[in-house]
Amino acid sequence: MAFAARPVRPVARAGLGLLALVPVAFLVVFFAWPVLAILRRGFTGGGVAAALVDGETWRLAGFTIGQAAASTVLAVLAGLPVAFVLARVRLPGAGLVRTLVLVPFVLPTVVVGLAFRALWPDGGVLSIVLANAFFNVAVVARTVAGLWSHLDSRAEDAARALGASRWRAFRSVTLPSLRPAILSGAAVAFLFCATSFGVVLVLGGARFRTLETEIYLRTENLLDLTGAAALSLVQITAVLATLFIGAVARRRRETALKLRARKETVRRPTGGEWWVVGAAVAVLGLLLTPIVALLLRSLSTADGWSLAGYRALATTGTSGTLQVSGWDAAMNSLRTATDATVLALLIGVAAAAVVVTLRRSPGRTSHGLAETMDAALMLPLGVSAVTVGFGYLVTLDALPGDLRRSPLLVPLAQALVVIPLIVRIVLPVLRSIDDRLRQAAATLGAGPVLVWREIDIPLTLRSIVSAAGFGYVVALGEFGATSFLARPQTPTLPVAIASLISRPGELNNQMAYAACALLMLVTAAAVVLIDRFGSGRMGEF
Amino acid sequence: MLRTSLVLGLVAAMATGCTLVGGSDDNAESTVTLVTHDSFAAPQQVLDAFQQQTGIKLEILKKGDAGALTNSLVLTKANPIGDVAYGVDSTFASRALSEGVFDSYTSPEADRGPQRYAVDSEHRLSAVDLGDVCVNVDSNWFAEKNLPAPTSYEDLADPRYKDLLVVENPATSSPGLAFLLGTIAKYGEQGWQDYWTRLKNNGVKTVSGWEEAYSQDFSGSSGKGPRPIVVSYASSPAAEIGDDGKPRTKALLDTCYRQVEYAGVLTGARQPDKARKVIDFLLSQQFQTTVAENMYVYPARQGVDLPAGWAQAAPLPPNPATLPSDQVGGNRERWIEQWRSLLGQ
Repeated sequence: MAFAARPVRPVARAGLGLLALVPVAFLVVFFAWPVLAILRRGFTGGGVAAALVDGETWRLAGFTIGQAAASTVLAVLAGLPVAFVLARVRLPGAGLVRTLVLVPFVLPTVVVGLAFRALWPDGGVLSIVLANAFFNVAVVARTVAGLWSHLDSRAEDAARALGASRWRAFRSVTLPSLRPAILSGAAVAFLFCATSFGVVLVLGGARFRTLETEIYLRTENLLDLTGAAALSLVQITAVLATLFIGAVARRRRETALKLRARKETVRRPTGGEWWVVGAAVAVLGLLLTPIVALLLRSLSTADGWSLAGYRALATTGTSGTLQVSGWDAAMNSLRTATDATVLALLIGVAAAAVVVTLRRSPGRTSHGLAETMDAALMLPLGVSAVTVGFGYLVTLDALPGDLRRSPLLVPLAQALVVIPLIVRIVLPVLRSIDDRLRQAAATLGAGPVLVWREIDIPLTLRSIVSAAGFGYVVALGEFGATSFLARPQTPTLPVAIASLISRPGELNNQMAYAACALLMLVTAAAVVLIDRFGSGRMGEF
Repeated sequence: MLRTSLVLGLVAAMATGCTLVGGSDDNAESTVTLVTHDSFAAPQQVLDAFQQQTGIKLEILKKGDAGALTNSLVLTKANPIGDVAYGVDSTFASRALSEGVFDSYTSPEADRGPQRYAVDSEHRLSAVDLGDVCVNVDSNWFAEKNLPAPTSYEDLADPRYKDLLVVENPATSSPGLAFLLGTIAKYGEQGWQDYWTRLKNNGVKTVSGWEEAYSQDFSGSSGKGPRPIVVSYASSPAAEIGDDGKPRTKALLDTCYRQVEYAGVLTGARQPDKARKVIDFLLSQQFQTTVAENMYVYPARQGVDLPAGWAQAAPLPPNPATLPSDQVGGNRERWIEQWRSLLGQ
């Protein structure tokens, strides 16, 4: 394959450098600089080393990793049957499954935490694990389904013809092929579970704490930046390790994918497969339980059923809890998420293009650069929102116009969370384009820009649309950074829900739950649009 | 179909308004930035009236709860994010003062009541409101059980009220911390741990936030939880008035801890003169009459009427406990740690 890797020409190299400048500059200014500024303050105080050897730090790390591992295992176990249904089954309602499974993703963690508390009042660790899995079944199901639907089913059929039981054929043929996707999905789910904040805070009560909740507490409440810096170091190390494992898994998947042609493998389930479908339905039922509980809450009052909460969406809550109405907050959410998605698309697609080009170039340096950039793009998922938020406060005034007070900060911060997901979706598709197509175009006289326009963009457009949609959903649900940066005259729905729920009074409570229903509806609509117009394949995470 | 999707996408994007361009409203001189906490709420008419009277447009910036607000101010003291701040409470005041976040200013309105809650001799912070934290009880629950409702700290440790109390974690909740401080003020450095051991033996339930405690575990709120005693605010019963006009819940006035919320001009404010006008406004009759209705707190100014119904449902606690701000600042972390190990958490 050595001849396939062509040297990067000087002009192309300059172009690549320019293209790389956008994501690199964004990450440096809006992520690395603020985070390092806060960590530096922690280090100048001294005592980070002492905090690092403190047994408490490692107890926290142990619990964080333990609960995240348990949640991930559960998410994988629950996600696999759903993935099977998404990838292999032709049944009415499969499209609905695809939509429903993503809805948990946007729900504000406070609300989900309260819903889980209502269902399991003294759940403790169990309810934390269940709630984290609840959020991440979609990650696993969609990642695995992405590969599963491309997997050649003939190998499994051959095994069956040779006398293997269905289970045996799955275990020794299909499962090994799915392994890379499962590991890759599990890595992202693990990342989300390890850094989940609201759920642990609400469900952990005073008993259970993780690195993330403790970083928040030390930074936001105690202003113990030294302790927070030590915990952040531990967390970032854990995240990098997870990313490394995920990257290794992805590389194996890439080679696996090359061997198999895409094939229409969807069919009606037969025999024992119905058990799997049944399991998927059971998982969906469990996913829907907290959602239905929320909907019921939005409708019930002391005097029976009522739409008062929904009617209240047109108001600002009891005695002006919000500065704008619920509908205005919904419009703000849509607007901000649009901005964040557009921004994240520009940066994420540019970053994915740079990583792919670097990987294709010969030489260890460019490969190393590609891997570094790939990891750096994922890092925002592993750093506490409060660290980024406080980092903005101490750095962004150095930029012209004092960005710290700008309404632009909200979409910028949301984009930071969306970019990693966009990269994970677009990158594999970009990578799977046969380089010979590009070479042929170049031989025929097309310059690099024309090659992009005629080859890469048309071939990846669908995955870009699908990435945009998924990013939109994530931006809609983002709470951590948004709540710290949003201005009261322009709250997003999750921020408004949090304000409403922190006030006494039945109507505020009901309006909060009605706003949740609205958020779910908007999300479901967005997901339907993605799947209608996007590729339907979510790629890897 | 792809083309349709693109067109649709574009239309949707335009409909929702791509606001990447524009939106910044730094129209200079007349705008003063007020940095405050998440609970800030005021009627737009009152803010508009202030703008008409003074020509000052208030830009409001919320930075989390009182703790996050204080820390934001401390971190940005070299180049403050606003001109004036409101919402630093008595628990965090000492940190803000020792870090030099605020400049001195004595408002002409201060002697109308706010002065009673002054926290430092240099007049860097002016008291705006009082948000007392008290134990709340579900009156109906006790009436149905034919059990007299508890009235004091001692009652909460009484076996008659076993497994009925839910409190917030002082590490993660502001009312939770206030309640802990209240017990320290009552039983002293020597006795509070003993009291909490008794509470623990009497089945106290601890949760992380007010939302869980009040809206979910408390039986007197719309959540209809299992526990009829909760740590909340003195004003909470005002939000729980039944159809008959009677409050369903009651604050126990002997279990209250006073949290005063302050405002001050930020050191290095771009517009210190206008910032002082904002302090005057926050202490004015005009603004003070709105705080009860909008933020569920009590005005610091004297002679301000409370909303109808508050006299019966949520009177201002007459003798709440307090601890000096510097004592709280110096011991808070240790107390919380001790509380954590005491409750085995």
